[in-house]
Amino acid sequence: MIRLEKRAAPSRIWAYLTPVVAVLATMVAGGALFALLGTDPWQAIRTIFWDPIFGEFAFYYRGQLLVKAGPLILIAVGLALGFKAGIWNIGAEGQYIIGAICGAAVGLAFYPMEARWLIFPLMVIAGAIGGFLWAMIPGILRTRFNTNEILVSLLLVYVAEQILAWMALGPLRNPEGAGFPGSRNLRNYESAANTELFAGTGMHWGVVAALIAVIFAYILLSRHLTGFHIRLTGESPRAARFAGVNPTRLVLFCLGVSGALAGLAGLFEVAGPSGQISIDFNVGYGFTAIIVAFLGRLHPVGILLAGLLMALTYIGGEAAQATLGLPAAAIQAFQGMLLFFLLGFDVLTNFRVRFGARAAA
Amino acid sequence: MDFGSINPVLLIASLMVASTPILLAAIGELVVERSGVLNLGVEGMMIVGAVTGFIVTVETQSPALGFIAGALGATLLSLVFGVLTQVFLSNQVATGLGLTLFGLGISALMGQEYAQLRTPTSPRWEFFGLDELPVIGPIAFNQHPLVYLSLILVIFVWWFLKTTRSGMILRAVGENHDAAHALGYSVIGTRFAAIAFGGACAGLGGAFLSLVIVPQWTDGMTAGRGWIALAIVVFASWKAGRVLLGAYLFGGISVLQLNLQAAGIAIPVELLSMSPYLITILVLVIISSGRASASGQAPASLGRAFHASG
Amino acid sequence: MTTPLLQVEGLTKAYPGVIANDDVGFSIGKGTVHALLGENGAGKSTLVKMVYGLVRSDQGEMRFDGEVFSPASPHEARSTGIAMVFQHFSLFDALDVAENVALGMEDPPPMRTLARQIQDVSESYGLPLNPDRLVGDLSAGERQRVEIIRCLLQDPKLLIMDEPTSVLTPQEVEILFQTLRKLQSEGTSILYISHKLEEIRTLCDAATILRLGKVVGSADPKVTSARDLAAMMVGEELKVPAARDHSLGDVALRVDGLSVASPGAFGTSLKEISLELRKGEVLGVGGVAGNGQDELLGVLSGEIKSPAAAILLDEKPVGQLGPVERRALGLLAAPEERLGHAAAPDMSLSENAALSGWLRKGMVNRNIVDWKKARNFASEVISTFDVRTPGTEVPARALSGGNLQKFVVGREILQSPEVLVVNQPTWGVDASAAAAIRQALLDLAAAGAAVLVISQDLDELMEISTTFAALNEGRLSKVRPAQGLTIDEIGMMMGGAHGMEVAS
Repeated sequence: MIRLEKRAAPSRIWAYLTPVVAVLATMVAGGALFALLGTDPWQAIRTIFWDPIFGEFAFYYRGQLLVKAGPLILIAVGLALGFKAGIWNIGAEGQYIIGAICGAAVGLAFYPMEARWLIFPLMVIAGAIGGFLWAMIPGILRTRFNTNEILVSLLLVYVAEQILAWMALGPLRNPEGAGFPGSRNLRNYESAANTELFAGTGMHWGVVAALIAVIFAYILLSRHLTGFHIRLTGESPRAARFAGVNPTRLVLFCLGVSGALAGLAGLFEVAGPSGQISIDFNVGYGFTAIIVAFLGRLHPVGILLAGLLMALTYIGGEAAQATLGLPAAAIQAFQGMLLFFLLGFDVLTNFRVRFGARAAA
Repeated sequence: MDFGSINPVLLIASLMVASTPILLAAIGELVVERSGVLNLGVEGMMIVGAVTGFIVTVETQSPALGFIAGALGATLLSLVFGVLTQVFLSNQVATGLGLTLFGLGISALMGQEYAQLRTPTSPRWEFFGLDELPVIGPIAFNQHPLVYLSLILVIFVWWFLKTTRSGMILRAVGENHDAAHALGYSVIGTRFAAIAFGGACAGLGGAFLSLVIVPQWTDGMTAGRGWIALAIVVFASWKAGRVLLGAYLFGGISVLQLNLQAAGIAIPVELLSMSPYLITILVLVIISSGRASASGQAPASLGRAFHASG
Repeated sequence: MTTPLLQVEGLTKAYPGVIANDDVGFSIGKGTVHALLGENGAGKSTLVKMVYGLVRSDQGEMRFDGEVFSPASPHEARSTGIAMVFQHFSLFDALDVAENVALGMEDPPPMRTLARQIQDVSESYGLPLNPDRLVGDLSAGERQRVEIIRCLLQDPKLLIMDEPTSVLTPQEVEILFQTLRKLQSEGTSILYISHKLEEIRTLCDAATILRLGKVVGSADPKVTSARDLAAMMVGEELKVPAARDHSLGDVALRVDGLSVASPGAFGTSLKEISLELRKGEVLGVGGVAGNGQDELLGVLSGEIKSPAAAILLDEKPVGQLGPVERRALGLLAAPEERLGHAAAPDMSLSENAALSGWLRKGMVNRNIVDWKKARNFASEVISTFDVRTPGTEVPARALSGGNLQKFVVGREILQSPEVLVVNQPTWGVDASAAAAIRQALLDLAAAGAAVLVISQDLDELMEISTTFAALNEGRLSKVRPAQGLTIDEIGMMMGGAHGMEVAS
């Protein structure tokens, strides 16, 4: 029989070790899953985790790494602030969509004027505001009417998807697109394009924004009073109230920041890698970012690493799809498994596991 | 535009069908939450139920086996949640989210080769011609067996929680797990049972979706129904009877907006399609703002981890 | 000599890092009231949990009515004839009285029969109770009645009572004792756990004294003096804090007709509270738990807002200010619940020092926290109040109750408050730490601060208060000088017997 004993203090070693152990365990379990699907597990793991960085075609994949990691990190950093405070914004996907629509709409409104110094910054601002406002809906409903923000933010994803479809088919449709759904391609519009900053690196403004967000979040959480209040609220809401934390302001702050960052991620994506507003513009970054946030232990630096790792599974998954015929959905299941293992192994941080007969009931 | 094409009797009959997956998932989640556990993985369990039900039906050509498999598949997934939250004491919110993400991924993986197939339809019950009765016939006597089962489940859950000793223990565990433990009741055992029941119900609801309503397998076909089921539990203030009301209200809106779309009303299709979600949010707001003072209606231990010290 | 009802021999139970019970032995005769006496942490709770089947012993043997007895669960203990009234009630707020009673029984009759039985028993023992009411709406005394009736309905041979009087007014204690004596005369044995010596001397026939998990003696409490019992329990003579003579200054805090609804669903609303607190004064607020203590602390600390003019600090209205603004003005508070209210369990002591101290200790500059200053302040609290901890970076929950209590009270005192409000400052704290905390509060008042102490421990309040008032169902009695108050008068201020009647 396994028995858990609460540790007097959380184990620091395990706090760092659990993500690593979880990744390893996922590789084993994922390998078993792949074997079940009739793929050589060793080769699958190698294709996903090794080849994109060190393999023959790494020069192509390495650039993709930052492209995928950028939005994941940007969104996950914002989510982590809320998660730390026990505020659950799980509708980042919706804020991402709305940010992209707002940013793209601003850009397209100027078409075909060329003024990059004006148009691109305005798009960035519009993207952030779009995501911010979309996140304010659950925020205000929570603080004003005590409505559960988990459900509202999530349900709004479906609403955002409908708005996306409407935009792609209606107001933002490319007038020169021969009736195909989808907007003009912003990459072909110089003043609005989120271009690659260094050729072949995948580095674009969204990645820069993600790095800045990581640094700011790090300072916020470790040194700033608001960051202290965020951690305090997550640890113990009642103690936070005693300390004088205003719960309403904190909820709005956390939701607002995470919404704005998700909106930014959407804007950078629509103006860059994706290029246009289309029905299937969103690919689930907003949900995968939840896994990234947990895998990074809600710590900004951890999220940076976790975002890169998760981006790797995306790219590796694509590679495995191309070379091994592994189904695309396998990677999604793989990511879900990773979250399970992480949450499961987390017990080791706060508890000691004892084996053997149970002495106490 | 042709409102005449909307037949109220058929509307009611079809709203009962459309509501059934949500009703099943919500009544299961109600039991889970009354035991003090918040499982946000309903969406994931539903979709796993949908895919396993579909696959088994295709392979065996038996819808009955399909439903059983759907329930079992989702139960299995719910037990993963049970082990993580009850044994490893993981955060229930995060684990529930994980369940949904994992469920969506694994179901897409499992269903890959079944996307274009169809299943044999399961027969409806026709009650010796009573279904021929006007108005009441199509509504009450010509439904799929699972529609009746879902109604029976609501009554069963109401009866179970209200009058049986086991139901009382379950409520006690959800209300104050430390006290229940001190009196010698198994908190974790009770919760495991509730979680498994919730999983089975969600799986059944998912299977009903892929076998009866659509009936086909497509990725992500639950389309937020699991989340709406969660919202309905809140709407229902954790009472079984009101879950029925909430589910049928939601089903009514979904069916009505589909009918309006078909009737070609001059409202954008997207607006109609998002209306069920918007109305769910609206109802949540009304319910939760009205309950500002009596927050005691949610089970007091809801979402809190239990670890027996000593 | 007849067989004792319960005989315990060599019982040992170890937890990681601590031996809760070490070779404990005693026996309880039939129809006797046996006291288990000891300080917090002496191992009383672990011992009764073993008797009640909640915890298995590592070693040792129990015999019940001569038979070897080792219950694997409370169900087994109950069917053997053991019933227990818990200190922190094992009740369910959202369930009604009858359901709560049924949950504590092995074979409850149908609900309707049970409701009638509850009424019968409650009448014959003078404990009126309506089986249909929600437990969450009951007062603390009524909740205890639910627990007692739950036990009585099972005709137990042994009734365990864990600190039953801590939630009762003196009058209610008297009624409880009559109920227990009636039970005793009917042949029921009672294991009575307490650290209140006078109670034990009035009620019990025998006493076993525990200290640090070991039996350190047994005594006949009827003939042993309270002083000797205390010496056995604590292991040393105690210094009693001495109140110093000092004159009272101006009014520092004035509360005027304050009525506030409780934020919790089952909380107590405050009604028309008025009081004046002068510099140098220690106002003791007594009352049974659940009569508005938490709400009174919250409304003074700023966690609960009130009409601005209902609370005046130095004649300035502060009712609408939050905790931080009130701290800036010198109004500080230390809540009852150490873990999760006064301190965040998983945060370090320096973070917890910053929790309420950042403003007055200047730890924050332009919203950036200076963690070095927080660490220094934590060290200052630790050394001034003799907090036993390996350092400032351990999480709060790693500290023992007494040490953490010294930390959270010390944290407020060292911020030199003008007015300090504390709730249950020595709850669950061992005697020497309690004495130190009381002394610190007296010193603070002597230095000119106004101190309001909310407590359920009347002895404590009598020891340190200049003035006394009692909370009863959210109302505050008139404030009276503490000196010369009799226990009866205090009991009446606390609400008398709350509708209980003497058992016939």
